[in-house]
Amino acid sequence: MNVVMQGISKAFGPVRVLEEVDFAIAGGEIHALMGENGAGKSTLMKILSGVYRSDGGSIRIDGQPVEIRSTRQAEACGIAIIHQELNLIPQLSVMENLFLGREPSRFGVIDSARMRREAAAQLAALGASAIDPEAEAGSLSIGQQQMVEIAKALAMDARLLIMDEPTAALTEREIDTLFGLMQALKARGVAIVYVSHRMEEIFRICDKISVLRDGRFVGERVIARTDFDEVVRMMVGREIGDRFPRRTAAPGAVRLQVTGLADAQHVRDISFEVRAGEVLGVAGLMGAGRSEILKTLFGLNRRSAGTVLLDGQQVALDSPGAAIAAGLAFVTEDRKSQGLVLGMSVRENATLVHLPQYARLGVVSDAAEQQAVAGLIEQLRIRTRDAELEVKSLSGGNQQKVVFAKWLAQPPKVLLLDEPTRGVDVGGKAEIYHIINQLAAAGVAIVMVSSELPEVMAMSNRILVIHEGRQTGLFEAASATQESIMAAATGTAHAA
Amino acid sequence: MTPKQKATLQRLGPFIALVLVSVGLAVLSPDFLTVANLLNVMRQVSINALIAFGMTLVILLGGIDLSVGSILALSSVAIATLIQAGVNPLLATLLGVLGGGLMGLFNGLVISKGKVAPFIATLASMTILRGLALVVSGGSPITGFNSDLFSMLGGGYVAGLVPIPVVWMLIMFGLFAFLLKKTVFGRHVYATGGNEEAARLSGVKVDQIKLWVYTLSGAMSAMAGVVLTSRLNSAQPTAGSGYELDAIAAVVLGGTSLTGGRGWIFGTLMGALLIGVLNNGLNLLGVSSFYQQVIKGVVILLAVLIDRSGKK
Repeated sequence: MNVVMQGISKAFGPVRVLEEVDFAIAGGEIHALMGENGAGKSTLMKILSGVYRSDGGSIRIDGQPVEIRSTRQAEACGIAIIHQELNLIPQLSVMENLFLGREPSRFGVIDSARMRREAAAQLAALGASAIDPEAEAGSLSIGQQQMVEIAKALAMDARLLIMDEPTAALTEREIDTLFGLMQALKARGVAIVYVSHRMEEIFRICDKISVLRDGRFVGERVIARTDFDEVVRMMVGREIGDRFPRRTAAPGAVRLQVTGLADAQHVRDISFEVRAGEVLGVAGLMGAGRSEILKTLFGLNRRSAGTVLLDGQQVALDSPGAAIAAGLAFVTEDRKSQGLVLGMSVRENATLVHLPQYARLGVVSDAAEQQAVAGLIEQLRIRTRDAELEVKSLSGGNQQKVVFAKWLAQPPKVLLLDEPTRGVDVGGKAEIYHIINQLAAAGVAIVMVSSELPEVMAMSNRILVIHEGRQTGLFEAASATQESIMAAATGTAHAA
Repeated sequence: MTPKQKATLQRLGPFIALVLVSVGLAVLSPDFLTVANLLNVMRQVSINALIAFGMTLVILLGGIDLSVGSILALSSVAIATLIQAGVNPLLATLLGVLGGGLMGLFNGLVISKGKVAPFIATLASMTILRGLALVVSGGSPITGFNSDLFSMLGGGYVAGLVPIPVVWMLIMFGLFAFLLKKTVFGRHVYATGGNEEAARLSGVKVDQIKLWVYTLSGAMSAMAGVVLTSRLNSAQPTAGSGYELDAIAAVVLGGTSLTGGRGWIFGTLMGALLIGVLNNGLNLLGVSSFYQQVIKGVVILLAVLIDRSGKK
């Protein structure tokens, strides 16, 4: 199936989101759609899948002009979208989800036997026969849920699959499985639009790449004939310098010393130290217990064993309040559900942690608060027209900077970072790396969990590797290789 | 119109609605727009407004408090029993309000420490406290306090003109508005209601906030009970039933979101006044009380629908 979108425009009120954008994909092709947050990728894909209607332009499928006015029509044309936030109903079974809205029935009574049979067949066709059609969808891993969504799309005879950040929540192994499946679908002539920020993956799996910037089409490239730098240039429209800016200051004295840390169930026997001005990267597979180490340090998970010394003093970090008072800060993994109060303004979010600092007898001084927020916006280069805007109106990168601002209102001694650049575009990433470097230069000890190996390797001084709740390696970043880290992360190497 | 101006206009919706309804009533009934009548409306509104101020905080947290009417009744009969037993009326009143706070604290404990959904927790305490009010009073009203001071609290006038309950209402309005807008506590209420997880991770003591908010709601209900008991010169164990719905209606009419994190006290005051003005106006126009209920319900529905459509 060949799909050609031509001259697509779309505006929301006065805001022009897409201007005369072209996009073309052929059957048997995996085509990456890239662009910074706000470039218009999602809008373009929502037009193709019938969620929005375009204001101008045309869509042709196999040369025939089509009008896609609803998701139903898109499905009828063979177009299906798999959203980043998966859309399964967790309380229903896998097969009930697969057949939702088109249950095989007789006189209104569902034919469960047939449903089970067909669901099993469809899952088997994807090499996912391990998934029980009668299991509750919510009990599956994220990777398995994604398989079910793909099966659902294919069951509806989809010839064009749109995948929005499909690997964001997957483990390495699940990503391999997904990529294998994508190759198989490609061989069957299915066209796949792949929306992602992860450059390594795009170069690994895609055939072509189209780039959008500020709602305009910048260009299309064949993956084999382009490179990282060109794609980044196309996306940001300027040189962003080093992808990972260098840090020059040498680490100082030991700030954080963790010995024999364990929580009730996820992690055991974790020991490391971090110096002032040092970044300790924490690598490992999804679910290995990396985030749990941070949560235990921050007093969110109960610590069952181990001691924590901060600047040589033992500290009892048994609640977030105690951790904050001791000088810890924690940029959490999921900024929407854990980092920000989305309905509050930039100002209110930025001062949430250290609000009492701007208050006397519990009464907040507007002037002191506003001044501090203005300083943070300036320092972190948060791009917002007004500190009073709701934080949810900001781009992902700027939202993440607000999360940083929240913690930097008072300089922390130790900064815990969990996936600090997830869902942040290339330009935003570079700025966040820059902030991390500035903080390190100011003597903050930083512990950074990240699933992006290039990021861990470039930003860390040393790298701690976790496998199934235990540490299996501690490398100097300068001498570590992707292979040695992955070996430790998968438990195939002995502790270094 | 900038988004900010639009948001401001949106927030002023309840106020505009109040003005429009008032203008309409003033045209239809010559008795409406008199100082005496307007003060009368405000006095009638005061009890609901006091409860609704506390309810606003609860709803800002994303919670609900169904027990306000029962707290009102139990603290009323408790105060009445104390006064009749010879306790100083002011001390009895103070103890009653404190007691209301403790009943709220109980709700807060069940909700924050026991992790029970606010709807269920306060549904249970609504029944328990109503039962206790009947037990304490023996099921019949307690009447006659022989205290001029106590009858002043709900029945007196300042300067012979402004009813004292109205003064209570305005003072509490000011206090609650200040609390929400200007204090660390108020900010933490919004943050907890907006995203409890993010608030907790930012070091906000979420459980403590909940305890305080339900305690305040209980104390405000008891205060409403003081006003009612003083005015009627009688404490009734069945008083206040259904008041939770009027309070919730005032909060929602005022534009506070039932999902938490968004709302304000000014809106709640406007919502309470709107309900009061409608009651009063429909009475003045001689509309049957059966139809009054229908009209009130329709107004609430319309107000919320308009609010919804504006947010899209």
